[in-house]
Amino acid sequence: MPVEVISVDGLSFQYNAVDVLADISFDLSEGGYMGLVGPNGSGKTTLIKLLLGFQKPTKGAVKLFGYDPAGFQDWYKIGYLPQKIVSFNPNFPATVKEIVALGLISRKKLPKRSRRADKLAVGHAMELMDISDIKNELIGELSGGQQQRALIAKAIVSEPELLILDEPTTAIDPETREKFFSLLKELNEQKKVTIIIITHDTGTIGKYASKLLYLDKKIIFYGSFEAFCVSREMSDYFGEYSQHLICHRHDVINQ
Amino acid sequence: MMMNALDFLSHAFVQKALIAGSFIAVLCSTLGVFLVLRRLSLIGDGLAHVTFGSIAVGLFFKSSPVYVAVPIVMLSSLGILKLIEKARLYGDAAIGIVSSLGIAAGVLMASIAGGFNVDLFSYLFGNILSISIEEVIASIVLSIILITVILLFYQELLSVTFDEESAKASGVNTERINSILVLLTALTVVLAMKMVGIMLVSALLIIPSVTALQMARSFKSTMFIAAIAGVLSVVLGICISFVADLPTGATIVLLNILFFVCAFIYKTLR
Repeated sequence: MPVEVISVDGLSFQYNAVDVLADISFDLSEGGYMGLVGPNGSGKTTLIKLLLGFQKPTKGAVKLFGYDPAGFQDWYKIGYLPQKIVSFNPNFPATVKEIVALGLISRKKLPKRSRRADKLAVGHAMELMDISDIKNELIGELSGGQQQRALIAKAIVSEPELLILDEPTTAIDPETREKFFSLLKELNEQKKVTIIIITHDTGTIGKYASKLLYLDKKIIFYGSFEAFCVSREMSDYFGEYSQHLICHRHDVINQ
Repeated sequence: MMMNALDFLSHAFVQKALIAGSFIAVLCSTLGVFLVLRRLSLIGDGLAHVTFGSIAVGLFFKSSPVYVAVPIVMLSSLGILKLIEKARLYGDAAIGIVSSLGIAAGVLMASIAGGFNVDLFSYLFGNILSISIEEVIASIVLSIILITVILLFYQELLSVTFDEESAKASGVNTERINSILVLLTALTVVLAMKMVGIMLVSALLIIPSVTALQMARSFKSTMFIAAIAGVLSVVLGICISFVADLPTGATIVLLNILFFVCAFIYKTLR
């Protein structure tokens, strides 16, 4: 029986007495790959913050690997990439190598010294994201795409069991984006890494994710991309033409 | 000729000032890197104002001013943090509130006591050349303890400084790390006030760090360059002020600014 990596039951969240999320329930099993989509302000990032315990739900419950996030200890199991624009100081004086190594912090005990195995892991993550040649560059001096690749390397360096990525492909060129999604697919299929990706690109994520969760303060749709394309709820929500465009683009990408 | 010029180094009070000053400079400079990057640069200034109020309280009750200042300044540093976290104030606003409270309390105490004459003035501007052997030992021991804490929590401090949200998702107890950072700052401010005085203590926290940020090519080198700049400014500041009969604290600060200008020109021309 598959282990539930994430279990959300009747989750609601209010901010200043305004509903941000209402009655959200879903499970994501080990090896699941979920695209979290929806318009701006639909509560996607808030949902991630609730999953990680950064915010407390007004109602309902979240279980992370079977535990309440407040009591969760095994943070090394999670790789997280926050939304870049709100979290990143572009003048930060650290090298790419130093930033990627920060992803290993959850695996270390005090004193958190760098070991040979850590250096190898950092080197491997940088190779995967094709940033080995810029490892000694200051992160603030890189292009947006290079910075994002460094942050993705930081998220995957600890070989997490759950990867949560908030708009990871923003500012990345199409070639690197394809490579990145292939890498995620490999991690998902071969290492059973559970993945949640927030994106606005429903068509592209439909190509890779096994499940789509369409959010607009409440769950509009939760299921496979194929089911999404024939869903009555979605055609009512988008209009048949828009739904067709999203799904048609998916077919084109598949070809 | 050189022997004569360096004769002043044989004075015990100069040696004490150089040793204590160097340790405090390393502490201030390395801690300052985290504060500047967290946009908490002015916390040193705010806590220095609280130290002023605490010293006045200490003098009013005829207690040892430092023993009074340490707990008050530590509590104030946590107060700033709580104002930021719980009252959701911006850092500069929270620092401003606590800073004003410190100055107001100090002025009020001085007024009630009918003035403290030279005592309060010496804490305002500092005089490292009058430092006692007990103060030297206290400076060295405290600096070593605080620098060890910084090194012990280096990864967590770096992680929280880079991105607090990611640090949380890596299991870093960000509230604890933030508390450690402000408590370290509080102790450092009280420790450093004897050297450069309350008025100039934040300069030692900020300027070596921003100097290093102009030149550094990694986070570790930022810390290292900041420490070198801090120590150089203190050592040269003490020597120049002694030879030229200038106020030591102000000389140290002006040298720091000179280093910053040089580093900025270097960065611009690079």
